[in-house]
Amino acid sequence: MIPSAAFLILAVVLFVLGIVAFLVKRDLLTQFMAVEVMLNAGNLAFLALSKALGRPDGQVVVLFVITVAAAEAVVGLAVIVLVFRQRKTIRTDDLKELRG
Amino acid sequence: MGASVAGLFWVIPLLPGASALVLLVYGRRLPRAWIAWQASGAVFLSLVLSAAAFLDLAGRVAKPDNFLSRTLFAWIVSGSFRTAVSFHFDPLAAVMALVVTGVGFLIHVYSAGYMADDGRLSRYFAFLNLFTFFMLVLVLASDIVLMFVGWEGVGLCSYLLIGFWFERTAAAKAGMKAFVVNRIGDAAFILGILFLLVNVGSGGFGAINAAAGSGSLSPALITLIAILLFVGATGKSAQIPLYIWLPDAMEGPTPVSALIHAATMVTAGVYMVCRLSGLFAASAAASSVVAWVGAITAVLAATMALVQNDIKRVLAYSTISQIGYMFIGCGVGAYSAGLFHLVTHAFFKSLLFLAAGSVIHALGGEQDMRGMGGLKKHLPKTFPVFLIGALAISGVPFLSGFFSKDAILTSAFAGGHIVIYGLGLAGAVLTAFYMFRLIFMTFYGVERAPRAPGHPVHESPPIMTVPLVILAVFSILAGLAGLPVLLGDRANLFGRFLEGVFRPEAHHAVVSTEIVLILAATASALLGIGLAFLFYRRAPGTPASLARSFPGLYRLLVGKYYVDEAYDAVVVRPLVRSSEWVYRHFDLGVVDGALNGTAAAAGSAGRGLNLLQSGLVRDYALAFLLGAILFLGFLLI
Repeated sequence: MIPSAAFLILAVVLFVLGIVAFLVKRDLLTQFMAVEVMLNAGNLAFLALSKALGRPDGQVVVLFVITVAAAEAVVGLAVIVLVFRQRKTIRTDDLKELRG
Repeated sequence: MGASVAGLFWVIPLLPGASALVLLVYGRRLPRAWIAWQASGAVFLSLVLSAAAFLDLAGRVAKPDNFLSRTLFAWIVSGSFRTAVSFHFDPLAAVMALVVTGVGFLIHVYSAGYMADDGRLSRYFAFLNLFTFFMLVLVLASDIVLMFVGWEGVGLCSYLLIGFWFERTAAAKAGMKAFVVNRIGDAAFILGILFLLVNVGSGGFGAINAAAGSGSLSPALITLIAILLFVGATGKSAQIPLYIWLPDAMEGPTPVSALIHAATMVTAGVYMVCRLSGLFAASAAASSVVAWVGAITAVLAATMALVQNDIKRVLAYSTISQIGYMFIGCGVGAYSAGLFHLVTHAFFKSLLFLAAGSVIHALGGEQDMRGMGGLKKHLPKTFPVFLIGALAISGVPFLSGFFSKDAILTSAFAGGHIVIYGLGLAGAVLTAFYMFRLIFMTFYGVERAPRAPGHPVHESPPIMTVPLVILAVFSILAGLAGLPVLLGDRANLFGRFLEGVFRPEAHHAVVSTEIVLILAATASALLGIGLAFLFYRRAPGTPASLARSFPGLYRLLVGKYYVDEAYDAVVVRPLVRSSEWVYRHFDLGVVDGALNGTAAAAGSAGRGLNLLQSGLVRDYALAFLLGAILFLGFLLI
């Protein structure tokens, strides 16, 4: 039986990797994947705690997160495709029209 | 039936008001032919209602309930002060309402011909209707606050109509001058109203006159209030010292000059003094101010009319002078006589203006009398009516002006105001002189107008001449309503109709005196006419040689006593210069400086904060992260 602490540690590692990837990478697609990693790190933490505490509500939340993440993936990818069509680039450093 | 129609008297002002509203909103889309019909029709209906209400009153002469009144709704309710939109139709209001709607209707009809080619016909009739509305509100108001609404409203319409041809700079400026000069008088008028409201507690005319008569106000206060109100009247009625706007107001269309600047609006001041006769009569000082201002104005304005060459300006100065007579009447306590002169003057002066308009129309816009002459045979309808008007204003016996002017002068004499009487008599000579100077220069002598080929001098169409003829008939016959008392106590129908409104006059001339006074008035009229005949027909060189003999006097008259120049130097220019100083230092320095400073502060703050907005997603993400860490750290600690 793997201790739930291991799951939590894995979740933290994944989450930090997601953050670092988001901050370091410069193209939208990779950053988007980093966000997905962070979401799933959160899911893992929910599941681990749900198991450890013997309460089902954590699993319910995970199901919701997966659903929302699927919807978000659709919208996010569509946005990225449109940005690429318009600008011929998805490098975030080139997309800085909001600069003050 | 008569009584039920009379009960509708409160609709009298509303009809032209409604018509004005329709014309202002839909005027551009209405057919031109309809516009004049609608505007004139509305005033005609008002005239019919006024006549019905008048007949209703005439059936109950000198009874205490000799009035109609109706409160429409409470208007201002503030603490203990309340005032309502309330109309009051008593004999005084009846006389004025008949003049306003009667003369007003004829001038509306005349305008349909005079303004037929104007591009802004609907605007013109909308303003004319609006004027009629405000004038009737002024006349029918039962308290001084509502009267002030009408008072300001007619001033507004006067401004709009003087500047009707605003493409001409002179017209636009004249409108502004009229408005500003009236503002000065109105400032005093408002003060007077406020004093009344504070001290009487109500603006109702009945309450004011009763309070003045009962002695509950101190005499000094009454004098102060009466003089403040009278200053307002000098503005509206173009008396010394605020008469200067009226001659310039002749820049407006001629029917407007006839309606507003001769027959009705400029007499509002006289009406106001009559309306508050109880207040004015209670102060001997204020009354004598009224009489003296009237007398001096009557003579000075008449001397200025002597040397004017613009046909309308002669009539304008004549109007100022004649209103002076009305104030003489009010000042010496003969309110009924003053009002009677107001009525007859409304007829013959609007007749003269409209006939002058017909002359101007015939000559294609020429107003300078030096460019006229010999028009008698070209204008076979205009000439006789003009002559009737001139005879009436000169006070030739048995025409209307004779009776009304004589009534005023007789009262002045009987009241012991000998100097005022003398001034009035001198004014009468001058009046006859300048009127017949006008007649001789315009209708007799050689033709001086340069004739444009293909534009012959033509008589005006019937739509213009018929109102002239009707006014001429009234100018002849209106005097019969106010026959002198020497023909018996019951001869003065006009005075009897107004008996309940005014206090009876204190003094009456004995019959033999009255006959002498009538002869003197007649002689002065004939003297004036004779002098004009001598100067402008017999020996046409006389005026020029007189001007050469008295160059100083002549220049003074032509320069209109340099009053405009004096006001310009004493009031206008210092005001403009100080305004400029304030503009340069306070407006530009303090006000604009404060605003610009605020804007600059906001701008630099914005520029500083701008640096945070890099536009890079990673920077924002980092900021998120730092924020989240800070937040978590905060929670943990």
